[in-house]
Amino acid sequence: MGTKKTTVKDALKPLKDGMTVMIGGFLGVGTPESLIDGIIEAGIKDLTLIANDTSFPGKGIGKLIEHRRLKMIIVSHTGTNHETQRQIADGEILARLTPQGTLVEQIRAGGAGLGGFLTPVGIGTVVEEGKEKIMVKGREYLLELPLRADVALIKAYQADSYGNLRYRATAKNFNPVMATAAEIVIAEVEEFVDEIPPDLVETPALFVDYIVKGER
Amino acid sequence: MLTGKEYIAWRVAQELKEGMVVNLGIGIPTKVADFLPEGVEVIFHSENGFAGKSRKALPQEIDPDLTNAGAEPVVLLPGAATFDSVLSFTIVRGGHLDVTVLGALEVDVQGNLANWMIPGKKVPGMGGAMDLVCGAKKVIVAMEHTTKEGAPKILERCTLPLTAKGEVDLIVTELAVIEVTPEGLKLIEISPYTHLDEVIAKTGTKLIIDERLKKAV
Repeated sequence: MGTKKTTVKDALKPLKDGMTVMIGGFLGVGTPESLIDGIIEAGIKDLTLIANDTSFPGKGIGKLIEHRRLKMIIVSHTGTNHETQRQIADGEILARLTPQGTLVEQIRAGGAGLGGFLTPVGIGTVVEEGKEKIMVKGREYLLELPLRADVALIKAYQADSYGNLRYRATAKNFNPVMATAAEIVIAEVEEFVDEIPPDLVETPALFVDYIVKGER
Repeated sequence: MLTGKEYIAWRVAQELKEGMVVNLGIGIPTKVADFLPEGVEVIFHSENGFAGKSRKALPQEIDPDLTNAGAEPVVLLPGAATFDSVLSFTIVRGGHLDVTVLGALEVDVQGNLANWMIPGKKVPGMGGAMDLVCGAKKVIVAMEHTTKEGAPKILERCTLPLTAKGEVDLIVTELAVIEVTPEGLKLIEISPYTHLDEVIAKTGTKLIIDERLKKAV
């Protein structure tokens, strides 16, 4: 796979101003920090972000908030980043807050070719506003639509020479599913190995376009 | 003698039975793990991606790839399993989670819960709370009975935006244990810290006094 292994700078070439980007991580754990630094260095801006949260100030996605590279965020949580909350309150950034399980399933639907899914989560709350409600066997559900991105930036533990990936511990979170739901998938990994045993591969190489070296 | 918050955590822990899958929210709910009854083993679910038992990591044990849902570094104990967010919320919504314990800003007669935002003040996002409350078989609210200013948090009707409609089963505070029933809120227990009059005075709606409790007081 020699062609997939590249530098942060080259890997980020497909990511342009105004695109939609998915970034893995849960409160900064399992986030591709080198790729985020690369976005800031390259001056890429006006991105729409799909991610679980905006991390903490100065960490992971928090850096994109501080450097004002995002015009809209689709996330489940901003509570650990006061700067995100300030930018939302002052109208500097648009936010679509989404229940975490719905968000992850929207990404799954996007990657799995589904037209959407029905969930009971959000019924009777502001989350249901503007959404179609469907009754199935006497229970009310919301129709939630799939999410896809132009580029997904994910973090994995290992990549092998073919481009297969595996993850570690709670750094998995949104990374495997995001690898299925974007036109271009860029993985930042802690280490390269010759071969990951097939039974341990979590994201098959077919999903992965570029791989860069990062740190834990 | 336990503090009020410790009492809440202890009392919630008495609801947990052997083998249950349990998710604990941040704050008072987290402390529930410290008060599990002797011999009761449960599986804790952490929505960022593990199930099983864990403990806080010592400084030399910190692994940046391993935290709990509150971003605290942990060490997993034997029997634990890690997974991605798709599986984590399959557990939450799919009927695999027996109990979720979480705090509240308000809870009402119909079992409605508000705990994720205060319009114009605080909009942190719901995280996994809506999924947890909607998906868990039993929803236990563990909170102080009133706000810091002394205003009731148990109300006739929630005034804040809801986290979920009609999903709360049990409310445990430092003063009382209250069951959400189709007839209304039923006071089933009064804590050793208080008496019936105080519970009634600090609750923002009518309570049905359980027969067994009437006999006890």
